[in-house]
Amino acid sequence: MVEWTDKERSIISDIFSHLDYEDIGPKALSRCLIVYPWTQRHFSGFGNLYNAESIIGNANVAAHGIKVLHGLDRGLKNMDNIEATYADLSTLHSEKLHVDPDNFKLLADCITIVLAAKMGQAFTAEIQGAFQKFLAVVVSALGKQYH
Amino acid sequence: MLSNKEKMLIAEIWERLIPVAEEIGADALLRMFACFPGSKTYFSHLDISRGSPHLLSHGKKIVLALAEGSKDISQLTVTLTPLQIMHAYQLRIDPTNFKLLSHCMLVALSCHMRDDFTAVAHAAMDKYLSAFAAVLAEKYR
Repeated sequence: MVEWTDKERSIISDIFSHLDYEDIGPKALSRCLIVYPWTQRHFSGFGNLYNAESIIGNANVAAHGIKVLHGLDRGLKNMDNIEATYADLSTLHSEKLHVDPDNFKLLADCITIVLAAKMGQAFTAEIQGAFQKFLAVVVSALGKQYH
Repeated sequence: MLSNKEKMLIAEIWERLIPVAEEIGADALLRMFACFPGSKTYFSHLDISRGSPHLLSHGKKIVLALAEGSKDISQLTVTLTPLQIMHAYQLRIDPTNFKLLSHCMLVALSCHMRDDFTAVAHAAMDKYLSAFAAVLAEKYR
C-alpha cells in the first residue's frame, strides 16, 4: 500500500480542485500524440492526425483527452487503494484496448508538462514531486492486470 | 530524428535561455532531486539545497553544455567528447538518470516558457535531450 503524507494529499487534492479538465485534457493527449507519435496507433479511428496542427484541432482527441483526465478522479477519491480502484480499467486496457503499459507513463509525463506550463513557477519542485508520485501510482495500477 | 527546422528551433530556444542558465539549470536539478531522490546520491559532496552556490553553478554548467551542443547538433559526438570521457570514467552516473534529468529539464522549460513551450518545441526538445544523453553515455562501455 502506498503511504501518503498529509502534505502530499493536500497538494494533490489542491491540484485537482483547480484543474481545468477541458483545457488540460485535450492539451495533454494531443501533446502525447505529437511528442510520441507511435501512440497514435491506438487512435486510427480518430480522423486527421497528420501533423501537430491537425492533432491539436482534432475534436475526437480533445474529447478523449478530457475523458482520460477524468479517469484520474477515481484515484483521487481512493488514494489509499488505488490499485484496486483501477483493476477494471487495467483489464480493459490490457484485454480490449491492447495498450502497452509503457504508454501510460508517456501520457503521465505529458500531463505533468502541460500542467507545468499552465502553473508556471507555481508548479514547484515539491508539487511536481507529489503529483508525479500520484501519477506513478495510477500508472502502476493500470499495468497490474496485464498477464 | 531531428528535422532541420527542429534543429533551428532548439538552437534558438537554448540561445534565448543562456542569460538564465543558472535559474533553469538549478530548477531542473531541484526538481530531479525532489522527484527522484536516488539521483541525490551523486551529489553527496555538494550542497544541493535551493539557492546554494553549488546548485546554481552546477545547473549553469549543464544548461551551457546543452546550449553549446545545440549550436551544431550534427557534431554532438565531437562537441561532447570531453564530457563523454568525464561521465564514463570519472562520474560514472548511471545513464537512467539522464532520462530523469531530461524530464525535469522539460518541466523546468515548460514552467519558464509557459505557452511558448509548444507541443512542437516539446517534441523537438525531447528528441534533442535523448540524443544528447545517448551521446553522453557512448563511452561507458
